[in-house]
Amino acid sequence: MTTPDLTPSGADHDVVVIGAGPAGMACVATLLAETSLTVGLVDAGHGAGGQYWRQPAPVPTPHPGEPAPRRAGLHHDLATFHRLRDALDRGAASGRLATRFAHHVWSVTANDPGPVAEGGFAVHVVDRSGRPGDESTSTITGRALVIATGAFDRALPFPGWDLPGVMTVGGLQALLKAGDVAAGRRVAIGGTGPFLLPVAAALAARGSTVVGVFEANHPVRWLRESRAVARNVGKLGEGAGYAATLLRHRVPLRPRRMIVAAHGTDRVEAVSVARVGRDGRPVEGSAERHTVDAVGVGWGFTPQLDIAVTLGLRLTRDRGGTPVVEVDRLHRSSRPRVYAAGETCGVGGAALALVEGRLAARGVAHDLTGADPASHPAPGPDGVAAVRLGAFADAIISAHPVPVGWVDALTDETIVCRCEEVRFGAVRAAIEAGATDARQVKQLTRTGMGWCQGRVCGYAAALLSAGAPGEPDERLIGAPMPLGALAQTDDQHDAM
Amino acid sequence: MSEFDTSFDFDGRRVPFRPGQTLGAALVAAGTTAWRTTRLEGRPRGLFCGIGVCFDCLLTVDGHANQRACLVVARDGMTALTQEGTGHDDT
Ligand SMILES: Cc1cc2nc3c(=O)[nH]c(=O)nc-3n(C[C@H](O)[C@H](O)[C@H](O)COP(=O)(O)OP(=O)(O)OC[C@H]3O[C@@H](n4cnc5c(N)ncnc54)[C@H](O)[C@@H]3O)c2cc1C
Ligand code: FES
Repeated sequence: MTTPDLTPSGADHDVVVIGAGPAGMACVATLLAETSLTVGLVDAGHGAGGQYWRQPAPVPTPHPGEPAPRRAGLHHDLATFHRLRDALDRGAASGRLATRFAHHVWSVTANDPGPVAEGGFAVHVVDRSGRPGDESTSTITGRALVIATGAFDRALPFPGWDLPGVMTVGGLQALLKAGDVAAGRRVAIGGTGPFLLPVAAALAARGSTVVGVFEANHPVRWLRESRAVARNVGKLGEGAGYAATLLRHRVPLRPRRMIVAAHGTDRVEAVSVARVGRDGRPVEGSAERHTVDAVGVGWGFTPQLDIAVTLGLRLTRDRGGTPVVEVDRLHRSSRPRVYAAGETCGVGGAALALVEGRLAARGVAHDLTGADPASHPAPGPDGVAAVRLGAFADAIISAHPVPVGWVDALTDETIVCRCEEVRFGAVRAAIEAGATDARQVKQLTRTGMGWCQGRVCGYAAALLSAGAPGEPDERLIGAPMPLGALAQTDDQHDAM
Repeated sequence: MSEFDTSFDFDGRRVPFRPGQTLGAALVAAGTTAWRTTRLEGRPRGLFCGIGVCFDCLLTVDGHANQRACLVVARDGMTALTQEGTGHDDT
């Protein structure tokens, strides 16, 4: 990696963008095209693309014996991906862009004294491009920071969800996109939201039997949001495309159904599926059993807010009550020179993430190139598109609530916190003893105290105790650090 | 199973992988769904989130404990071991 020339302020780059998904890629491409600013792009993945355009890790030497990958129909909008990736490659070749892939951001500090003269941000990264044990740390500084770290699957506990073979739908999709692996031969898909469809379609196209897409809500709810839907026929067309694939492979679409249990001893062997009544509760006696060897569940996505919380950015709530970064129309956060784009400021899919990435780039350009920071330039056509796609995202969220009856499926034996193996009985006792939010449940039961720091069970713990998603905790960003790498961090600071 | 000429060693067994795959993807492709047992109840676990968030998929790679199988890219000749119990600091 060549070190770029320092900016006049002494920072490594004018802008550091964290996350190379659709939002981060669009932001960088726009910065390169419309400004002369220098950019550093960091992503924990092995290349650009994010979740939407997830790729296998690059292979250093071609393997002649390798069969052609079966990837057809898996990735969408690949022309846009290639155009953005080419723009990034040109930026890197010209020296204006420095990319660091396989670099995990574990902390961000503001106004770090030393390398940055007047304000700015120090982004602390672990380089995981080598073998396990070879991690090293370093710091990247920038005058402005764009947070485009995306989201992760939202899961809810149910009996047996801790059996091997039960995964999140995003996890199933990631296995397919990056590994070309179908997690099972007979798969049940459950939860809510339009994302269940592409995953089921991809599995079916890959040869798996999808025993059903068990959608807790009903498509009729879409009609209530018909204005937003009508303005986004393009997006619906995509949904219709999946529907055609599902029809071709005879995948049953089962609205108002919910997976209420997974069965098996050392791995999943079957699921029970119940009908969801008008009251949002599983209808007693309606359960049917399906033999499966894999299960995918997803209840939407939770924005990845660790960096935003660390920097104290003001948060707001989306239409479903989920905390997201509060931004203005140019995606400026409450903190000067910090911007957020993509799923971090509201889950809305790849098309919206692209638009938001471009808007954030214009916000950066406006603020860093000497314009009056208090003035608000017109966001232009992208601003209009953002409003339109945002309304669509709201419609999707409103049409796919988590049904209240998910709780009915739990028994006292159901694991809630997978890391610390805390069962629902213990969580219930804590709530009965007066715990009114996820933090108190955690103090009383260790729910959310394990390796994942509550990323997986935090949503459930908040719903159970407070009836709504909670404020995100301040967490170590991403991952526990290898001790050796941490020790090395101190050396680095001394050397700077 | 010898579709690929690259492989790693998992608990003494040879697991082939397509270059670019993670250890987790290769294990699932080879029909292995679990490679860790939990600390308290000794329950089997494998992939759950698939993207590095849940830490369910931990295994020991080339002597280094607590590696996420869904993130570590497989390399020819790597050695991976089932992980029992915590792996917190007791390794
Ligand atoms: C597992 C999963 C699979 C998905 N698959 C699809 C799909 O197939 N189709 C679809 O339409 N939508 C999919 N989605 C929804 C998807 O999130 C959006 O459609 C779209 O990818 C959002 O773009 P984004 O740029 O906001 O975020 P993302 O695409 O999520 O990009 C965020 C990037 O930030 C990086 N990052 C996050 N934290 C850090 C950190 N601390 N340090 C360094 N880098 C970091 C990540 O590695 C990632 O590359 C998926 C979501 C998930 C969680
Ligand atoms: S499967 Fe969740 S961290 Fe690997």
